[in-house]
Amino acid sequence: MRGRVPRRGVRAADGVRAYGLIVGMWVRSTMAYRLSFAMTAFGNLAATAFDFVAILLMFSHVEALGGWSLPEVAFLYGTTSTAFGLADLVLGSVDRLGRRVRDGTLDVLLVRPVPVLAQVAADRFALRRLGRVVQGLLVLGYALATVEVQWTPGRVAAVPLMVLCGGALFAAVFVAGAAFQFFAQDAAEVQNAFTYGGNTLLQYPPSIFAKDLVRGVTFVVPLAFVNWVPAMYVLGRQSPIGLPAWCALLPPFVAAAALAAAGLAWRAGLRAYRSTGS
Amino acid sequence: MRVDVIEVDAVEKVFDVRRRAGRLRRERHRVRAVDGVSFTVRSGEVVGYIGPNGAGKSTTVKMLTGILTPSAGRVRVAGIDPSRERTRLARRIGVVFGQRSTLWWDLPLRDSYRLIHRLYRVPDAVFRANLERCVELLDLAPLLEVPVRQLSLGQRMRGEIAAALLHDPEVLYLDEPTIGLDVVSKARVRGFLRDLNEERGTTVLLTTHDLTDIEQLCGRVVVIDHGRVVYDGALGGLHEAGESERMLVVDLEREFAPVGLAGVRVVRVEGPRQWLAFPAARSAAPLVAELARRYPLVDLSVREPDIEAVIARMYAGRSA
Amino acid sequence: MVRLYARVAAGGFRRYATYRVATAAGVFTNTVFGFIMAYAYIALWEQRPQLGGYDLSQAVTFVWLGQTLLMACALMGGGVEDELIERIRTGDIAVDLYRPADLQLWWLACDLGRAAFHLLGRGLVPLLVGALAFDLALPSSWWTWPAFLLSVVLGVVVGFAVRFLVALSAFWLLDGAGVAQMCWLAGLFFSGMLLPLNVFPGVLGEVARALPWSSLLQVPADVLLGERTGWELAGAYAFQAGWAVVLLGAGRLVQAAATRRVVVQGG
Repeated sequence: MRGRVPRRGVRAADGVRAYGLIVGMWVRSTMAYRLSFAMTAFGNLAATAFDFVAILLMFSHVEALGGWSLPEVAFLYGTTSTAFGLADLVLGSVDRLGRRVRDGTLDVLLVRPVPVLAQVAADRFALRRLGRVVQGLLVLGYALATVEVQWTPGRVAAVPLMVLCGGALFAAVFVAGAAFQFFAQDAAEVQNAFTYGGNTLLQYPPSIFAKDLVRGVTFVVPLAFVNWVPAMYVLGRQSPIGLPAWCALLPPFVAAAALAAAGLAWRAGLRAYRSTGS
Repeated sequence: MRVDVIEVDAVEKVFDVRRRAGRLRRERHRVRAVDGVSFTVRSGEVVGYIGPNGAGKSTTVKMLTGILTPSAGRVRVAGIDPSRERTRLARRIGVVFGQRSTLWWDLPLRDSYRLIHRLYRVPDAVFRANLERCVELLDLAPLLEVPVRQLSLGQRMRGEIAAALLHDPEVLYLDEPTIGLDVVSKARVRGFLRDLNEERGTTVLLTTHDLTDIEQLCGRVVVIDHGRVVYDGALGGLHEAGESERMLVVDLEREFAPVGLAGVRVVRVEGPRQWLAFPAARSAAPLVAELARRYPLVDLSVREPDIEAVIARMYAGRSA
Repeated sequence: MVRLYARVAAGGFRRYATYRVATAAGVFTNTVFGFIMAYAYIALWEQRPQLGGYDLSQAVTFVWLGQTLLMACALMGGGVEDELIERIRTGDIAVDLYRPADLQLWWLACDLGRAAFHLLGRGLVPLLVGALAFDLALPSSWWTWPAFLLSVVLGVVVGFAVRFLVALSAFWLLDGAGVAQMCWLAGLFFSGMLLPLNVFPGVLGEVARALPWSSLLQVPADVLLGERTGWELAGAYAFQAGWAVVLLGAGRLVQAAATRRVVVQGG
């Protein structure tokens, strides 16, 4: 039991295991208030449903938005919402980091023999966030059933891959945002601009936005790789900023790079916290 | 054989603090929270680490647990550099933060312990033995199935202490372990810590404002003020240095002139209530008996001197 | 008495004004959302000019007004009701009930102070950014601004009246969070925040425009956009004031019942 020096891989496995243990505790805690859980879970589903209703209302007046039909927009909506919902479910709680720094409860996590990120991610794990995932999947199902696409094995395989890589990209944004809160504890809302804001952005076709904005979310904050870029391939469309077709293969690599960068940012943030204590 | 389990050598911690100066301008300035602190604790010692608020106590403890990285100096706990190998050290120390709970609010106490069992990977047999011992000595048996939110403050603190010990730590840090507890809970916590130290030889470092904690537990105190160690030695020496006093608060039947008793100083009179100071070393019993004989006594309470008063007096005595 | 409530309102303003970094962060997020929604509306109105009676620049202006009023009218929560629910849950509310001031007016004053800060601190910058980046349909005559402001104040009062009712439900329900969430969801959708209510089709649109939440964004926006002038402006105020009176009255009834409950339970 004593004196083991865990190597990096062991540490990662340790983190996942600790995450699972803590999540289990939160799920059981939630079940202490079943009615409240049911209401907030439904609320979460309804909250996300409302913004799709708004899109449906738009389409009650037009045939296409920015040249994209309703099933195509629903495809964008379904993929980003499911991906974002998964990231939010798994580690959406990291946006409470600033609060933990302010009230000093982060210190409790620092004296346990498990990675802090795993503990912060599992903190207040809320199963009710499944509401968003479910709603995203419902819209995605509707899109897949109605969209006019020549389905090839490649395109079929691309859809689940999009959701997974998209989830990883949003996860990277969550972690990077939390790392930023080590330096600005009150700035939790900035993160919302990239998480919730990114999700809203990606629900609409890229063709309606200014090209510089599209370039920004492609090359700076690479959220375009959640669905805009791979959707070019699945739906057989041209990129509005002239990206070559092979870019549709990039999401797994972009996601891995984003996660690595977010991990470095997290480590830098934690190191800064431990040297300043605030 | 006794070895140095905590080594603190010329440790400093400097913070950059930004303060608002005027409407928008902010000033940066440096604060030396810990300014060259050195001490060692040998295994099996119980040391009180005390000082006024903001003296640098909790900053030191944070460096000892690896939460904070020292700006300068050397720290070793059980031979480990806390800031470099924080998670490895975590398995060998127990920490109780008086105000920040590690227990799960909505779940039975037992569930919190089960989580620690698995998070720390405590071998089953060791865990069972430790839990049994804690449950027996801290009288937790009737509380194990109760959600933590339903526990009283004293019950919860006992729960917290047990939680910090289930993985067999060599060193236990306690931050204000008796704050806010009633007299019975305080006594029980102190008794447990004493037993733990005697039976297991666990090294204990505790910060507290309660002088009785120190009196009953610590063979040695380290006093810190303005980031420096100002006293390191036996408790008796501190009392001598500080000439501390206890306070007897009496409610008489009606208003009286200030009570005249040998060795007693009347500090304050407020209607029928009087505050009487007497040397801490003297027993209160004969004093009370004498009072009751001479005055119609309605109610009384004895207040222990707090650390801050002792230290303040210590400084006053030194400069005089 | 008026001075007391003015002081309470000033206190509410100052309390929210202390969180400077959080305010700046919020302004940033409001602005980002403004851009996203502005482009979506442009795509919609380019295909259907005059949809819902708005021209393109009016539609884009509506987006930025939404971001301006989002916090002031507490469209996504974040008003004083959070604190009120917490005080009810912990029992501190008993202290408030024994204060020599009316509970509802006290919290209304607090919320007006908060709204004033959020309008200036959170709302102004996004509107300015929007005006710089897009061609907005801002009023040509100066008096439209005070007319708009009055409508916003009435909107805040209506919003408060609804949130006060929701908060008081915590006297009876163990956990008010679920109800609060439902309420701000309804507010978000029926205020016009997701899509202007005049774009809602048929009966849904008529119902949405008659519900109290339209006072929070749709009505003030219409006032600013010059859609309501003369008698129609008076009608808009009457609509908002009517809902304010009805909902505040309902709040008083519930408050009386809640007070009895607290007195019976002994706090």
